[in-house]
Amino acid sequence: MPERIDREQVTKVAKLSRLELSEAEVAEFTGQLSAILDYVEKMNELDTTDIEPLAHCLPLSNVFREDSVKESLGTEKALANAPQRDGPFFKVPKILDESFGA
Amino acid sequence: MEDLAYKVMVGLEIHVQLCTRTKMFCGCALGFGEDANSRVCPVCLGMPGVLPVMNKEAVEYAVLAALALNCEIAEFTKWDRKSYYYPDLPKNYQISQYDLPLGANGFIEIASGSGQTKRIRITRAHLEEDAGKNLHTAGDFSQVDLNRTGTPLLEIVTEPDMSSAAEVRALAVELQRMVRYLGVSEADMQKGHMRFEPNINLVVTKDGAEYKTPIVEVKNLNSFRALERSVDFEIGRQLGEFAETGETMQMGNKSTRGWDDAKEVTVLQREKEEAHDYRYFPEPDLVPVELKGRWLKDVRAGLCELPLKKQMRFVSEYGLSEYDAGVLTAERSTAEFFDEAVKAGGDAKRVCNVLTQVGLKLANEKDCSIVELGIESEGVAQLCGMVEAGDISASASAQVFEQMAETGKKPDVLARELNLIQKSDAGELEAIVNKVLAENAQAVEDVAGGGKKSKKARGFLLGQVMQKTEGQANPKVVSEILDSKLG
Ligand SMILES: [Zn+2]
Repeated sequence: MPERIDREQVTKVAKLSRLELSEAEVAEFTGQLSAILDYVEKMNELDTTDIEPLAHCLPLSNVFREDSVKESLGTEKALANAPQRDGPFFKVPKILDESFGA
Repeated sequence: MEDLAYKVMVGLEIHVQLCTRTKMFCGCALGFGEDANSRVCPVCLGMPGVLPVMNKEAVEYAVLAALALNCEIAEFTKWDRKSYYYPDLPKNYQISQYDLPLGANGFIEIASGSGQTKRIRITRAHLEEDAGKNLHTAGDFSQVDLNRTGTPLLEIVTEPDMSSAAEVRALAVELQRMVRYLGVSEADMQKGHMRFEPNINLVVTKDGAEYKTPIVEVKNLNSFRALERSVDFEIGRQLGEFAETGETMQMGNKSTRGWDDAKEVTVLQREKEEAHDYRYFPEPDLVPVELKGRWLKDVRAGLCELPLKKQMRFVSEYGLSEYDAGVLTAERSTAEFFDEAVKAGGDAKRVCNVLTQVGLKLANEKDCSIVELGIESEGVAQLCGMVEAGDISASASAQVFEQMAETGKKPDVLARELNLIQKSDAGELEAIVNKVLAENAQAVEDVAGGGKKSKKARGFLLGQVMQKTEGQANPKVVSEILDSKLG
């Protein structure tokens, strides 16, 4: 069976996910991801002509909370698990490229 | 460089911070200027295993704004994850809305001079969460403050319908006024509550053919001034570049630029190729939102007369100048106060003068709004009526207004207490005029003599009457009596 996903795609997704993969891992995941896609491909055998797309697997909508304040953790607790801190800040490697926007 | 005819096309992407008490998906309080990382919890820190829960108020605010922007409201809307790889959003994705935004296909009217409006189409409006802040000034590393992470943002995208920097600014200012009227955002520029990203290009006509220049997006502008200047700068820069290179818009040649506020230029930003590979997918942790029926009706009830419409009504219905109407409608409470005072019987132009010349000045001194001065709109109507009837002079009305704010007393009571009531009783004033005329035979003669001297003498006689009444005579009535006596 032909691979549904190639090495190049796996390398790209790994890069986007900031994952460093060895050559062996790339080969391994290329096979695994292809197998997953093959499995999901079975779904295409179903006729979905008149089926509404599903946005969520639970038959629920409009689950809200009221806009009332809950106590936050505070700086000390928030930083307790941080690998590195600088005063009240999380300390991270210098971000060089910030040409993004949330 | 030859002179090229061109049209400007600008579309805007705007992020508006909603003024809920808490964040979009957790109960952390929104704030500004608090200690770094003090307003965070496991949800907005992106800890494993936590679940976001929608803030109902944020959804309602966003829908209200979308309604005011004449958007079609999606009956069914959902959340999506947008991949994101910077530490100010530690989940590694932003919760946003991709294919089913809560509002679409709307429009906003902006003033385009001399009482005209222009309609700018709104492509979409959707809710999302803000990122935190990365700071790069500390040294060879970056600092991250996550207090802002998870703040509800309304993202509004317009069609490229604006054709000048002035129109772009007009839209931004109108939107600020609108969201403040609706009470969905403080829209405080200083606090970054509104951020703009214009998409700019030109349609240049050369040798009878039209050429589109490559689109440039200017990122992250947070003042009206930077917004307007950056668009103006881009127009000139793109025109120059087209004349030089002739490059036209193609797939993949859109670029991103930043704004250098000090140098007042846009600067090309190098972007990684995969920067726009957001790989959206449905957010499994949040259920969809269905906007219909009673709930939608209740949200819709929060709409009000929008500022531009109000401003135009003040011009057409009350005869105010564009300028005065603009001043009065800058804040909703002031505009409504003005409207109430006029409806309570005040002459529109006089109420406008009292509010713009005395009220706003006083409010400014006290650092509050006109409404917060503690004066009733009926009181202002009454005050204006007193000036209209000649009971007090226009200049005395300023003093009375200030005392109304100070003491909370009614204007007629204050005018009496402050001895500002003008004598308008014709009989009483006539006796005083007669006395003055009798005492100043020379001046009476000069008036009769005509010429330059006559005018001066008449002024002198009027002054004498005012002096005798200690300034309390109604000068208009005195003038009429003088006219009848002196012929
Ligand atoms: Zn939180």
